[in-house]
Amino acid sequence: MTSHSVDAGASRYEPTTFKVKDKKLGMWIFLASEVMFFTGLIGSYIILRWGAATPWPVPGEVLNVPITAGNTFLLICSSVTMVKAFAAIEDGNQKMLKVWLLATAIIGACFVGVQAYEYTELVHHGFLPSSGLYGSTFFTMTGFHGFHVTVGVLCLLWVAIKAFRGGYTQADHQGVEIIGLYWHFVDLVWIILFTIVYLI
Amino acid sequence: MSHDTYGGGVRSWMTTVDHKRIGIMYFVSAIVFFFVGGLEALLIRLQLGSPENTLISADLYNQLFTMHGTTMVFLAVMPLSSAFFNFLIPLQIGARDVAFPRLNAFSFWIFLFGGLFLNSSFLFGGAPDAGWFGYANLTSTQYSPGIRVDYWVLGLQLLGISSIASALNFIVTIINLRAPGMRFMRMPPFTWMTLLTSFLLILAFPAITVGLVMLMFDRTFGTNFFNPAAGGDVLLWQHLFWIFGHPEVYILILPAFGVISEVIPTFSRKTLFGYPFIIYSGVLIAFLGFGVWAHHMFAVGLGPIANSVFSAGTMLIAIPTGVKIFNWIATMWGGRLRMDTPLYFAIGFIAMFIIGGLSGIMHASPPTDLQQTDTYFIVAHFHYVLFGGTVFALFAGMYYWIPKVTGRLLHEGLGKLHFWLMFVSFNLTFFPMHFLGMNGMPRRTFTYLPGLGFDLMNLVSTAGSLLLGASMLVFVWNLVRSFRRGSPAGRNPWNAATLEWSLPSPPPHYNFRTIPEVGGRDPLWRPGGAEVDPEDPTAPEPVMPSPSGWPMLLALGPVIAATGALLSSLLVVFVGVAVVVVSVYGWAFQPLER
Repeated sequence: MTSHSVDAGASRYEPTTFKVKDKKLGMWIFLASEVMFFTGLIGSYIILRWGAATPWPVPGEVLNVPITAGNTFLLICSSVTMVKAFAAIEDGNQKMLKVWLLATAIIGACFVGVQAYEYTELVHHGFLPSSGLYGSTFFTMTGFHGFHVTVGVLCLLWVAIKAFRGGYTQADHQGVEIIGLYWHFVDLVWIILFTIVYLI
Repeated sequence: MSHDTYGGGVRSWMTTVDHKRIGIMYFVSAIVFFFVGGLEALLIRLQLGSPENTLISADLYNQLFTMHGTTMVFLAVMPLSSAFFNFLIPLQIGARDVAFPRLNAFSFWIFLFGGLFLNSSFLFGGAPDAGWFGYANLTSTQYSPGIRVDYWVLGLQLLGISSIASALNFIVTIINLRAPGMRFMRMPPFTWMTLLTSFLLILAFPAITVGLVMLMFDRTFGTNFFNPAAGGDVLLWQHLFWIFGHPEVYILILPAFGVISEVIPTFSRKTLFGYPFIIYSGVLIAFLGFGVWAHHMFAVGLGPIANSVFSAGTMLIAIPTGVKIFNWIATMWGGRLRMDTPLYFAIGFIAMFIIGGLSGIMHASPPTDLQQTDTYFIVAHFHYVLFGGTVFALFAGMYYWIPKVTGRLLHEGLGKLHFWLMFVSFNLTFFPMHFLGMNGMPRRTFTYLPGLGFDLMNLVSTAGSLLLGASMLVFVWNLVRSFRRGSPAGRNPWNAATLEWSLPSPPPHYNFRTIPEVGGRDPLWRPGGAEVDPEDPTAPEPVMPSPSGWPMLLALGPVIAATGALLSSLLVVFVGVAVVVVSVYGWAFQPLER
């Protein structure tokens, strides 16, 4: 708690502050906005795809599903390592905190790398954002997700730097929890995107 | 009076994280943009003053009505509300600042830069000209070549970042930073409406962001979202725009409702009648506001079932709105009315807003709307709710709270002159538009033929608009005059009930030396008044967050990137991204208090 915040300790009235701290509450509200953003993207995709006059490509016709399935598995693993990082600092284990944070950042970076490879291959085969509605929706949705993962990796690196400087303790490690919230959200969005873009 | 509240040079304002200074910067910027938007409106009115007028070309006319709408909504009224949020919310809830002071500074700077970016289009090849609603596929590269629409697309995204960051900040502030005893149902109604407005921003703005992103990709990367030839859907844009656009209407009006709910009890010497009804009807308006967007689209042919549902939903909103109006009138009933300028504007607001609300119920009915859509009747309607409503209420709020900001009262006589000039000229300008619309005059056309029965009403409206412009000069004169020789306001010139009036005017930079305790609604009207002396000299001076240059620098990054996108220069975009990354890291490793 910063010093300009309200210190309700000495009052005869009940404290009005929520149990959730400022920054964590802020992240939840930011994620509410993000939910609306991806709902807009996915909702538009549903309208465009199921309202399309021409048939939509069947799964696997254009996209390489097995590679992306492997990539999806990678991203889910990174959620596990994120949980491990949080659990480590809950136990006051500084060493494992650093290990798991770095592992999460590296796996996240690998995900973006595989996605970049996928894009390059697709572009080589002439599949572009201008390739009909399919190309438009595919590149916009997966591109925005990839952008979110990239931002997440940059934030994870910052949290990792702070962890190496000993910035988190067993008692105070809000930063790890907050980046974890964001990371799990991005992971969850991908599971939805993978299902509706690659599998259905 | 505190010597260090507003002291220091330009640099101290550029690096400030004090919510009061940020509020003042919002106020000044919003007023400047309000005058820019007003000048655009005057040019529009001069062009329409006589039939077949050649003062302004069709091309410039399109730019003017597009920028008038965009400026008034995003650069004048929203930031003016934001000025109130910033200055007042921490004071009203008994806090020393907002939850994230540096994020607050960032929100301001990216708003200012975004607004300047948008308006710089006038200097470089022309301003956006596809309407503030930017309907597809008018905005496609086929029908809008060049960079005018790109300015609009990028500018609105910058302003969106500002709104989301600021709304997030105020939600956390209001939920977490309330003084002890300040339960939700003891919060001042203005604080409540700020909370609701912030939730609307958080949940509604992403819809337009999605639309803008798609439009940007359509124009830049050749995607086909709004390209019917490739299977795209032009109506998708209208849905996305109005899913944002209708809650936006409540983003503009709810803060006004909050102001009125503070001004009327103060000047009636009576506690707000039906406080819970005022609050819950605000909640209901915010909630229902998400389910009525398609009433902007009755004319596109969604079918009778969709039209009926959206029509019924729209009419439902009249109920909580009516509840509020009755409560305000009931607050005045039997009160000891103190007829000062803020109450004049508040009563003006109620009257004008009722007219705008009633015409709104008229075109909530699809068959009626089909007659009125795209005519001047609609222009009359939304100016009655946005100008007659929001702007009147915000002026009530300015006359009420500016003494708290500057420590000096505004002149009552000039204030009343301003009110009567504005009230008469507002009606002179916009009431004839009802008849023009009923007679079939279409919106967004730069001229009309003589002999259609439009001539006289248009002349009256133009004359009214010039007078309306003049009334604003009276306000500016009053403001300047009060800086120089306004009488000192003291702590509580109106004998009002909320916590901000327990502080000196202007409040010291830390607001409350001792955090107040709140035993009920209207704390200063309770027996014994404020329970804690907010200026207890024995208490230590609070440590406040240090100034920081990073928020302003961070706000510069996206604007540089947007300029790069405009110039199709990947290099400039990367410079912008680099500025963002450097400032985020700089910000993150700089302690809040040094």
